[in-house]
Amino acid sequence: MLSRWIDNQILLGAAQAGVTMAAALLVVAVTMRLKLGLKKDILVGLGRGLVQIVAVGFLLTLIFSADLWISIPIILVMIVTAGFITVQRIKSIPNALWISLAGISAGAGLVILVMTILGEIKQDLTSIIPIGSMMVYGAMNANALMLERFHSELASHAGQVEAGLALGAPPEQVVAPYARRAVTAAMIPRINGLQSLGIVWIPGAMSGMLLSGENPAYAGFYQFVVSGSIFVTVGITVLISIVLVRKQVFSKAEQLLIRAEEN
Amino acid sequence: MERDEIKSPVFLRAEGLGYQVDGQVLLSDINFEISAGERIAIFGPSGAGKSTLIRLLNRLDEPVSGTAYLDGQDYREIPSRVLRRRLGMVMQQPNLFPGSVAENIRFGPTTQGENLDDARLKALLSGVDLAGFADRDVAKLSGGEAQRVNLARTLANKPEVLLLDEPTSSLDQAARRDVEETILSVLDSGEVTCILVSHDRAQVLRLADRVLMLEGGKLIADGPVEEVLDAQSMD
Ligand SMILES: Nc1ncnc2c1ncn2[C@@H]1O[C@H](COP(=O)(O)OP(=O)(O)OP(=O)(O)O)[C@@H](O)[C@H]1O
Ligand SMILES: [Mg+2]
Repeated sequence: MLSRWIDNQILLGAAQAGVTMAAALLVVAVTMRLKLGLKKDILVGLGRGLVQIVAVGFLLTLIFSADLWISIPIILVMIVTAGFITVQRIKSIPNALWISLAGISAGAGLVILVMTILGEIKQDLTSIIPIGSMMVYGAMNANALMLERFHSELASHAGQVEAGLALGAPPEQVVAPYARRAVTAAMIPRINGLQSLGIVWIPGAMSGMLLSGENPAYAGFYQFVVSGSIFVTVGITVLISIVLVRKQVFSKAEQLLIRAEEN
Repeated sequence: MERDEIKSPVFLRAEGLGYQVDGQVLLSDINFEISAGERIAIFGPSGAGKSTLIRLLNRLDEPVSGTAYLDGQDYREIPSRVLRRRLGMVMQQPNLFPGSVAENIRFGPTTQGENLDDARLKALLSGVDLAGFADRDVAKLSGGEAQRVNLARTLANKPEVLLLDEPTSSLDQAARRDVEETILSVLDSGEVTCILVSHDRAQVLRLADRVLMLEGGKLIADGPVEEVLDAQSMD
């Protein structure tokens, strides 16, 4: 409907974003009524989201014609930012930033590299950057979920962990059940995602290809490539992170550094 | 004091042990010497730092100052896992691992790659009055039974010193006497040195022969049970 009145594409986009923003503000108004206490987070989220994604859109129009190697610093910036966003919410794990950076770079970095070499990602910036961002984003969320769950498991089972230590058990053995639960918790959304693929949701990559008129059957295959690769990314990230974090929650003398929380 | 005549060499010695969290002093300058085979009670009001001291001795926390010597060796030089087996700890809460009684008791030896044979498992169970409990699910034990499994689980490591942190405080009267009886029979049957935390005078009288009195993170008395407890009740 909007397109009948506006023929400049960018102005059209701005108008469409404006409509969405209005709807979102309506939701904010409702949440204020319900006193959910999320007003600030939502407003900041909406504002940041709009500014960031539009800025990136403009930026991409500039660099899509640039050399392929520029994707390396761009993906690195994504990874570092993902690490910082993760640790905002996880303060009580020592070295959470380094663990997250290692896990996310290993998972996302490796998968993006292999996919690009194999040609599963087309070797141009319009493919590497958006698909790469999906890997980094998936790795970031899974890593944060895993760390948060691991911390809360330890805090609520500190007694059992220390009982195990007091019996002379190695820390890795004592935390194994909680590490397993944390990894499972981080993988479940991805497993659900694969199971519901195409039925409950048609994710971004396929939607994009359909919107730009690609062959739907090929788009289907390609969506599986993307979803499967995110799954691999998440798996590598979470496994590397858990191996690293498992050591960080103990001192050199094998003392638990996470304080017990009464539940 | 007949104890002085037969005094054996010092087995465990604390030297200026201190601990603090976030600048708050929980223990300061704790000094004592314990000989092999002694039965010590750490006695004092709630919040005195008794658990803190026991945790330091098991090295679940790191002393901020001072150290302890086990058989003449600075305990920080002993690998934590080895130290913790030598100074076996029984916490206030059983903190059993999900599974069977036998699995819990085998835990310590298994982490060492040793296998606790059936005969020893049986002996440990009957030592804590739980003969026939091997295959029971720990989730279905009473508080007193769970605490006795906890004791047997620590004993399976054959500790040289037994650190008991209020092992009966979470139990009702009847279970408390049961566990106490069990502890007494364990102490009578072996060579183990025992450090028992308690704030129950009657229990201290029944189980210990020497008292270390803690208050506000300081050691304020050290001597034979009657002496220390009598002096305590006078003021
Ligand atoms: N991790 C901690 N951080 C801050 N304070 C602590 C910590 N652990 C213990 N404390 C405080 O240190 C003091 C001594 O605690 P501790 O548990 O050693 O006392 P206790 O003598 O064992 O008491 P109770 O008889 O109640 O078990 C208490 O005031 C307690 O609140
Ligand atoms: Mg205590």
